[in-house]
Amino acid sequence: MAELLRYRDDETVDHPAVTVDAFLDQSNANAVRIEPGDDARDLLPHLERVALVEVNFPAFGDGRGYSSARILREAGYDGELRAVGDVLVDQLAYMRRCGFDAFEPDQQLDKDDVQAAFDRWPDVYQSAADDRTPIWTKRHA
Amino acid sequence: MYQYDQYDQAMVDARVEEFRDQARRRLEGKLTEAQFTPLRLKNGLYLQLHAYMLRVAIPYGTLDSRQMHALADIADKYDRGYGHFTTRQNIQYNWIKLEEAADILADLAKVEMHAIQTSGNCIRNISSDHFAGAAADELVDPRPYAEILRQWSSFHPEFNYLPRKFKIAVIASDTDRAAMRLHDIGIQIVQNDAGELGAAFYVGGGMGRTPMIAPCINPFVPLDQLVTYSEACLRVYNRYGRRDNKFKARIKILVHELGAEEYTRQVEEEFAHLLEQGVEPPFAELERIRTFFEDPLFEAGASSDIDRSDPDFALWVDRNTVAHKADGYVSAVISLKPVGGIPGDATAEQMHLMADLAKDYSFDELRVMHTQNIVLPHVRAADLHALWTALDVAGLGAPNLDTVEDIIACPGLDYCSLANARSIPVAQRISERFAKTGKTETLGQLKLKISGCINACGHHHAGHIGILGVDRKGVENYQLLLGGSEAEDVSLAKITGPGFDEHGIVDAVETVTTVYEREREDGERFLDTYRRIGMNPFKEALYG
Ligand code: HEM
Ligand code: SF4
Repeated sequence: MAELLRYRDDETVDHPAVTVDAFLDQSNANAVRIEPGDDARDLLPHLERVALVEVNFPAFGDGRGYSSARILREAGYDGELRAVGDVLVDQLAYMRRCGFDAFEPDQQLDKDDVQAAFDRWPDVYQSAADDRTPIWTKRHA
Repeated sequence: MYQYDQYDQAMVDARVEEFRDQARRRLEGKLTEAQFTPLRLKNGLYLQLHAYMLRVAIPYGTLDSRQMHALADIADKYDRGYGHFTTRQNIQYNWIKLEEAADILADLAKVEMHAIQTSGNCIRNISSDHFAGAAADELVDPRPYAEILRQWSSFHPEFNYLPRKFKIAVIASDTDRAAMRLHDIGIQIVQNDAGELGAAFYVGGGMGRTPMIAPCINPFVPLDQLVTYSEACLRVYNRYGRRDNKFKARIKILVHELGAEEYTRQVEEEFAHLLEQGVEPPFAELERIRTFFEDPLFEAGASSDIDRSDPDFALWVDRNTVAHKADGYVSAVISLKPVGGIPGDATAEQMHLMADLAKDYSFDELRVMHTQNIVLPHVRAADLHALWTALDVAGLGAPNLDTVEDIIACPGLDYCSLANARSIPVAQRISERFAKTGKTETLGQLKLKISGCINACGHHHAGHIGILGVDRKGVENYQLLLGGSEAEDVSLAKITGPGFDEHGIVDAVETVTTVYEREREDGERFLDTYRRIGMNPFKEALYG
């Protein structure tokens, strides 16, 4: 397991995340892990007790986790949203835009490459779960 | 034509640098081949049988002479002096070196072009009507809507790892020249009773191994919700499209398995939610984009008279020019289907010439057709003879639009690593045969489409006559299909029966045209006759 990249100031949750089923069963759980086939909307009634959501990417090509992340942010979730698993440099910027603010890749990523990935895009075309202003809004500001 | 501002340019430039960096990390071993492959695909780079292939996007098929010149220069500098125009209005180069790819992308960026998302499991280049802005029968120019969707889909953070590729076409006329209902999303701009414009959404069409015609899931999405509705369609697909089987991963399978009604219900639910999220662009952006697509300054009172005294010229005018919305103008089609040639190929010299002619005679604009030809959209009738003369000298004057010689063919076994059979030589033999017998003209409209395997890049399902290359015990074999159409009368072709070898298939095509000549009634196209009399008479003639 590689180092955790985290872009938040609050305390890290120090216990492991449980599955969605276990989370729904245990009314005191506050850390949950979403698998690609899980429906992120199952968590929405319980968001006030969640401090950490891990979204697992077993394979980087499976993009369901991007939708899970945005759905949680759109519902107002503001706790930690952590991408775990096959998380690679070239996916980081997209993930960040979908609302992820922490990354726990299976493999250690090169720090400079990570920074370059986040600095890459001068602007964005569309709105997502981050607070960047899309180009089409800037054009008419 | 749309022009980049500093934002568009900065995004394309950033993409070039990103790709350079990715290629460097691949060389340094920081990226495995499996990790690098989807990244290069999203920049249009395929590894083919002999070399890398680069697919360059031509958004909604529109380009100017400067861009066409640049495409020609790339063919000369980095390839073997030619390029191949594709059925999705793009251009492909067949002989690319990976080490040079970033430099090509940089050359493209200088003329506001790119290869972004021309491959891979993401939203691909958006295609449109090749006569957009010129056609006498269009409601409005569909390209502003395609452009706004281009921006929305470029680097979309949620939809870059879809279950499978995703193709969108936008049209705005009841005549479908873009195979709209054979796309993952087909959009037709329509008008409601109140005179407002909106978008009819057709979702879940496609060709490939399981061809399907897209059902209409919403007949009228208001234009100020176009992006939001598209986002809803994509989100449902990204979440629930199948990922367990590559062959079942396209949205058509999801729509089919859920049923159009249930898919629509889920989209509408997501749409209602997304309307609250403010993802729609400001309407002023659509208005800004529209200003780029205003009519050029057509000459008022331009004469429609054409001197038809030269019969070769007159034939070309009849075949290759199409009615225009402005008096005294036509759209002129440059056929890339010379008899015996490779469908869709053009040499660098030909590209330079087409660019020059566009500048002289067509307000500096060209279009790529999904039938792999080039259009000069706005030509004065008075200039047609000069235009034709220049084309004819360069081998670009074939008078065969929509005839049996105007064949769509995929690259097939000559280039493609997935192919079962060659497509190009079959196309060449067929056009030679019909040119020799002189039947091309009398057969009228006859759309013939060839794919080298079940993936259907050559649209064989949508051919009035389709040909599908298969592998029969290690030998190339060709199945014949009849009755398809990609137009507004869309239908899927059916297989006639056992396949044919390379020579047999050419004879078989001739045989079915003979049945048509015998059976046709006044004004019927091949397709109409087939629809009226059915498969049997053709089968009898073929298999006796
Ligand atoms: C030579 C390299 C090529 C490869 C490896 C390739 C691969 C494929 C594959 C695997 C499919 C099936 C996808 C599916 O059903 O999910 C497909 C479909 C398609 N390809 Fe290609 N292709 C190539 C070249 C082309 C070219 C040159 C064109 C345009 C002339 C093209 C246009 C299309 C179209 C229109 C479809 C079918 C429509 C659809 O259902 O999306 N492809 N291709
Ligand atoms: S239809 Fe098959 S052979 Fe032809 S280009 Fe597509 S994948 Fe290759």
